[in-house]
Amino acid sequence: MTRQMTGAKMVVQALKDQGVDTVFGYPGGAVLPIYDEIFQQNDIRHILVRHEQGAVHAAEGYARSTGKVGVALVTSGPGATNAVTGLTDALMDSIPIIVLSGQVPTFMIGSDAFQEADTVGITRPCTKHNWLVKDTANLSSVIHQAFHVASSGRPGPVLVDIPKDVQFASAEYTPKPKAPVGHYQPQVKGDMETITQLVEALENAERPVFYTGGGVINSGPAASQLLRELVDATGIPITSTLMGLGAYPASGKHWLGMLGMHGLYEANLAMHGCDLMINIGARFDDRITGRIDAFSPKSKKAHIDIDPSSINKVIKADLPIVGDVAHVLEDMLKVWKARGRKVNREGLAKWWRQIEEWKQVNCLKYKPSETTIKPQYALERLEALTKGMDRYICTEVGQHQMWAAQFLGFEDPNRWMTSGGLGTMGYGTPASIGVQVAHPDALVVNVAGEASWLMNMQEMGTAVQFRLPVKQFILNNERLGMVRQWQQLLHGERYSHSWSEALPDFVKLAEAFGAKGILCKDPKDLDDAIMEMINYDGPVIFDCLVEKHENCFPMIPSGEPHNKMLLGDAKATNAIAGKGAVLV
Amino acid sequence: MSALQIKKGSSKHSAYNLRPTFSDVQESHTITVLVENEPGVLARVIGLFSGRGYNIDSLTVAEVDHEGHLSRITIVTTGTPQVIEQIKAQLGRIVSVRDVHDLTAEGSSVERELALMKVAGTGDKRVEALRLADIFRANVVDSTLESFIFQLTGAPEKIDAFADLMRPLGLVQVARTGVAALARGQD
Repeated sequence: MTRQMTGAKMVVQALKDQGVDTVFGYPGGAVLPIYDEIFQQNDIRHILVRHEQGAVHAAEGYARSTGKVGVALVTSGPGATNAVTGLTDALMDSIPIIVLSGQVPTFMIGSDAFQEADTVGITRPCTKHNWLVKDTANLSSVIHQAFHVASSGRPGPVLVDIPKDVQFASAEYTPKPKAPVGHYQPQVKGDMETITQLVEALENAERPVFYTGGGVINSGPAASQLLRELVDATGIPITSTLMGLGAYPASGKHWLGMLGMHGLYEANLAMHGCDLMINIGARFDDRITGRIDAFSPKSKKAHIDIDPSSINKVIKADLPIVGDVAHVLEDMLKVWKARGRKVNREGLAKWWRQIEEWKQVNCLKYKPSETTIKPQYALERLEALTKGMDRYICTEVGQHQMWAAQFLGFEDPNRWMTSGGLGTMGYGTPASIGVQVAHPDALVVNVAGEASWLMNMQEMGTAVQFRLPVKQFILNNERLGMVRQWQQLLHGERYSHSWSEALPDFVKLAEAFGAKGILCKDPKDLDDAIMEMINYDGPVIFDCLVEKHENCFPMIPSGEPHNKMLLGDAKATNAIAGKGAVLV
Repeated sequence: MSALQIKKGSSKHSAYNLRPTFSDVQESHTITVLVENEPGVLARVIGLFSGRGYNIDSLTVAEVDHEGHLSRITIVTTGTPQVIEQIKAQLGRIVSVRDVHDLTAEGSSVERELALMKVAGTGDKRVEALRLADIFRANVVDSTLESFIFQLTGAPEKIDAFADLMRPLGLVQVARTGVAALARGQD
C-alpha cells in the first residue's frame, strides 16, 4: 500500500512507526508545518521546553532512563545552534537521540536567509551522523535510518535537517523497514578465541578487577543481568566509571564503589594493583587513568568495546574484544561455565583481604558539623530517606555531582543521569524533566549546585506547565565549588570569579514559577525538609545552604597515578604543582 | 563488508594490528577510503583529521563508481603507529565510510601522482629543461617561445626530483594532483 503525504506528516508518521511517544521541542518559522501536524494528532506528546538546549538534554534524560531513542524538535538557525551543546553532550556520553531541525526552504539555502544557519555543517563534528533532506521522497527513509544509526553500534546523537519546502511538498511514505537496511551494521559478536583467552586469564588471575562503564548500560538490561551473574559467580571485585553506576548494584557484595579522579580509595588502589583488568564498556577516560605511564603498571588488560576506535586509543589492550557487551558477556559466561567455573580461590581470598584493608581507610569520611550542613551529610540523608523508592537521580556538574556519585547508591541501571564526558553545567534540570516525563510516578531528583542550576533554570516553567513533580535539590555553597577547589589546590587560594554575589532567593524564585520552594540551613531541620520535598505533589526547588569551602575528596591530583590520592585530611593549598598543573 | 566489521586476523587494517608497544617513530602511510558519494562526505573525513589533530600530507578524491555512488579518497598521512591505527579506526566509524585500507601496511601498492610544471626561460636553460623532460618522460602540453608546461606522472619522489631539477632552469608554477593509489594484485 502506498501512501502520499506531505513531508510534515511524514515526520509525525515516521516517529509513530518508530514507537516514539514523546517529543521535546520549541516551535519556530521553519518547523511550523510539523507543529501543525503535531496539533492534529494525539499519539505523540509534545513537551514545550523553554530553550532548545533544554529540549536536547530532556531528550537525553528520557533516553538514558528508558533505553529508548530520545527525540527533540527545533527550528532553524538559533534553534539548531542552541541544540549544539546537547548534541555534543550526547556524543561524548553515547546517548541515542534524534534532533529534527527545521531549515529555510531549499531555494533559499546559501542566501543568508532569516534564521538560516549551516546546521549540518555546524553539527557534523558533534553528531554521530547527520542529514540534510532536500527531497520529500527521501524524508521518511532518512528518519528511519536515523533511528537505526542513533541506536545501533555505539549509540549517539543524530540530526535530520528538514527545509520548510520539503515539509510542505508531498511524496510517497516509506514505511519502517522490518530489518535495518543500509551499510551501517556494526559488529556485535566478539571474537571467540580472544574471549576464551580472557576466560583463561580470569581463571588464573590472583588480583583481577572488573572495570565497567556506560557501555554496559547502553547495551541494555540484559548486559547488567549478565554482568551481575558473572561478578557474583566468580567473586571478582568490581568498580565502575561515573557513567556505569547502577549496572552492578551498590549493595552487591563485590562492589568497590566508583573509581577515578574522585573515586574511592579501594577502587583506585585495586585498579593500580591488579594483575588482570577487565574493562567492560569503558574507554580509559583521563578522569579514570590519571597519569598514563603509571596507570595500573602490573596488569594484563582486557578491553571489551563495541567501538573499535576505543581500543588502544589511550591504553594498550592485551586482550581486545570488539563487540556488544551483552553478547560478549554471554559468551564469556558460557565459556567459563563450560570450562568448569574455575577461579584462583587462594589468590582471590588474599586479594579481598588486601581490599578490606584499603576499605578501612574510610576514604569518604568528612568532618561532621552540628551547625552547618555538610554537603556530604545532605546527600547521606537524601540517600537514607529515599532508599528503596522508585528513584531516578540527575545531576549538574561539579562538586555536588561527585558527592552524589560517592554517597548515593544505585541498585539498577538507567537510574543515574549525569553529564560525564562533556561535563555540561545546566544538564540536570532539563534531564530531570525528560526522566519525569518517561516515569511520571517515580521520584526524580536533580542534585545540583546553585551555579549549574541557574544555567537552565528556565526549564522550571516546563516542569510547572506539564505538572512534572521534579525535585531540584540544590547544594548551595554560593560558590563555583569545583573551580574554587582547584583554585585552592593550584592557584594559591586566589578565588578568581568563583563565587556568586547576587544569587536569587530560591524560595521566591520557586513561587514565581508556580512551584514550591524550601529553604534549609540547619542540619537538625534537614530530614523534615527532605521529607517535605519528597511528599509534595509538584515541582520543588530545595535550597540547601551548605558549608561554603568544603573540598571534594578523595582526589587523584591531575598528573598523578592512582596510588597518589589526596584524602580528606590532606593539606589542600597548592597541592597540585608541576606538570599536573596544565591538565584539567 | 562494512568497515566496522573487524574480525581478528581477517584483515591487516583492524585495531588489533597494533605494534607490541606504543612507538614514537613517525611513519608515512597511504590510506584509501571508499565512501558513499553524498554531500558533505569529504568534510566528514577532513573534519576528522583536523578535529583530532592528524596530519594530511596529500588528499585526492573522485567518484569511482557512478552507479554505486561511491568515491575513493586517498590520503597520505604521517604519524606514530598508534596514531595511524587510530586514524583507520576513526575513519571506520564514519557512517558513510564503506571500507578503509592501509596500502602501506597491506603489502605492495602502486602510487601515482600527476603534476603540471611551468618553466620559463630562453637559450641554454630552455634546451636543458627540454632535455631533462625527455629523460623523465614528461610531455610538453603547452609551449610559447619563452616557456613550457610539462606534464609528468609518477611516484611523488619522481615529481619532487623533477621539480628540484627545474627550479634553477626557471620553474615558475607547479600544480600537483596528490597521490592516487591501489594495492597490487587481483583483489
